[in-house]
Amino acid sequence: MKILTTVKRVEDYESKIKVRPDQTWIVTEGVNYRANPFDEIAVEEALRLRDANMPSEVVVVSVGPAAAATEIRSGLAMGADRGILVKHDAFVDSDGVARLLQKVIEQEKPDLVLMGKQAVDVDDNVAGQLVAEYLGWGQATFASKKESLESPEEKAKKPGLKLSADKKSVQAAREVDGGLEVLEVQLPAIVTVDLRLNVPRYASLPNIMKAKKKPIQELTPQGLSVDVTPKVKVLKVEPPPARTAGIKVPDVATLVQKLHAEAKVI
Amino acid sequence: MRDASYQEIRDSVRALCTGFDSSYWQRLDRESAYPEEFVRALTEGGWLAALIPQEYGGAGLGLAEASVVLEEINRCGGNSGACHGQMYNMGTLLRHGSEAQKRRYLPKVASGELRLQSMAVTEPTTGTNTTKLKTTAVRKGDRYLVNGQKVWVSRLQHTDLMILLARTTPLAEVKRKSEGLSIFLVDVRGALNRGLTARPIRNMVNHETNEVFFEDLEVPAANLIGEEGKGFKYILDGLNAERTLIAAECIGDGYWFVDKATRYARDRVVFDRPIGQNQGVQFPIAESYVEVEAANLMRWKACRLFDAHEPCGEEANMAKYLAAKASWEAANVCLQTHGGFGFAAEFDVERKFRETRLYQVAPISTNLILSYVAEHVLGLPRSF
Ligand SMILES: Cc1cc2nc3c(=O)[nH]c(=O)nc-3n(C[C@H](O)[C@H](O)[C@H](O)COP(=O)(O)OP(=O)(O)OC[C@H]3O[C@@H](n4cnc5c(N)ncnc54)[C@H](O)[C@@H]3O)c2cc1C
Repeated sequence: MKILTTVKRVEDYESKIKVRPDQTWIVTEGVNYRANPFDEIAVEEALRLRDANMPSEVVVVSVGPAAAATEIRSGLAMGADRGILVKHDAFVDSDGVARLLQKVIEQEKPDLVLMGKQAVDVDDNVAGQLVAEYLGWGQATFASKKESLESPEEKAKKPGLKLSADKKSVQAAREVDGGLEVLEVQLPAIVTVDLRLNVPRYASLPNIMKAKKKPIQELTPQGLSVDVTPKVKVLKVEPPPARTAGIKVPDVATLVQKLHAEAKVI
Repeated sequence: MRDASYQEIRDSVRALCTGFDSSYWQRLDRESAYPEEFVRALTEGGWLAALIPQEYGGAGLGLAEASVVLEEINRCGGNSGACHGQMYNMGTLLRHGSEAQKRRYLPKVASGELRLQSMAVTEPTTGTNTTKLKTTAVRKGDRYLVNGQKVWVSRLQHTDLMILLARTTPLAEVKRKSEGLSIFLVDVRGALNRGLTARPIRNMVNHETNEVFFEDLEVPAANLIGEEGKGFKYILDGLNAERTLIAAECIGDGYWFVDKATRYARDRVVFDRPIGQNQGVQFPIAESYVEVEAANLMRWKACRLFDAHEPCGEEANMAKYLAAKASWEAANVCLQTHGGFGFAAEFDVERKFRETRLYQVAPISTNLILSYVAEHVLGLPRSF
């Protein structure tokens, strides 16, 4: 089985993010980068499925600048087999990413594509859905699972996605209001993953070292014949309003009164 | 400000450490418990086998990389002291053991199946004056009989193997006092209560360490490491790595204290202003940072020389000296910055303060480093 996963290089959520004075984007100097956390969950799931269905292969793909090879390497250090970097320095909107992925997937012909449900930088939550549309494949979004993250199944690193015995379809549970919805999609398919699907592993030292020797193939939008001129333009970014200082109330009665009359929460 | 060299190793160790947060370390401290789960996770990740060559199942990395692992543990608020022995005690075996000994033990040390994290050198009556130590090992056929006493044998309750330094030729019969000492690899599990008795020493930090008594402990002659009589030299050979790794732990502590103090000084408002707005508060923190950074340069110098197989005794010692001093001063500043809250266990400051203090005394005290520099670097007369 061949599983393709995607990893986006995003700003580390622990970095202090500042908006550029001209409000066109954020200040990128001094910001740390990391792999999108949802994508790490996708890689983890891919590795579990691979290890439960050997022989299989996990390929990690990223679209981004040369530096995004670092995030591919961290996927390889988790245990993925090889990487593909579609190198492009300028901003690519989600549609551009989806069109590039479509081409890569057509070349690679994986049985399953696992993607984070969204990237924590711009929170678009559309790339997976667009890729499925362009390929004409089935999709299951926001994959989660019934077992908790403290369950024995999780501790035993069992896959949360259930592959059918004939390996022709996969079952994914999705969190919906008040319960779980279980979908079965035919393979090949796109599955986007949610937070509670698994706890991604840490890279071990031997795997970090092995990862250095694993191949990363470089592709370009031109080479894939995809025009990545953005269709979506970022007009302006603004920081959230600064939090104003709180107030002290003398007693509970005043608190209740203020919550009711001013904050209107009770 | 964060040193970003070896970022991959830093990120991975940091990710692992997030699973063991301050409440974990606080609980262990309260219960005087060993960080078993943490050490297991580190072992499974292969981190403690960083220095073991690949042919014996380790990662075969340099001292620089290994030092980053320990630095990050301490920088994340943990304490490498619980397991650093597993990283460097095997050095004696690696450098001076026979091929058969290495094949037998190193792969299992690398996988963590065997722990080799104790070393018995210090004795209660001779202390720093190592060559005068009184524990003897007398050959009887295919084994040695060990008698004597050691003190401060750390992690003995959490190890399978121990490096032991004992006298094999009486002091009166050797030309130089550094001769006639030998190193043995002792199987602790087999020896406990069969010639080896251990008594834990309650101490200032949550550092499991023991008094150890040997009464006719039998050690197979096959467990002698290297040549009989050359043990002191073998121990010295391992010190540069140990000193440099401890320096890196102190650097990690130092950054932790500076970060913690900075954050608190920025957030704590007294007299309607952050306390960090007062130069009386900010200067000591700035000074700590300056000193940690400076010590870090010496640490990297020592790593570079060590990894290039060049002499580095001077640099390793100076790195340990500077780093232990810088981390201790940063600890003091951090505590002072926190005022009364610095004494509250939930802030972690008092725990780290106690933990980092150890490194001015062990594995070697600052005076002995100064004495090394005075004598061996500056050529001043030997003082003892
Ligand atoms: C928590 C802990 C864990 C330890 N773990 C281990 C371990 O696992 N294995 C092990 O073998 N040892 C261990 N040690 C022992 C440690 O290495 C020694 O404590 C250290 O080397 C100092 O020896 P000492 O305590 O006998 O002090 P002493 O030698 O009695 O020295 C006392 C003081 O006098 C100073 N001093 C002594 N002689 C001179 C001199 N000539 N000139 C100037 N100053 C001098 C010293 O610097 C020191 O400050 C540990 C110690 C501690 C506290």
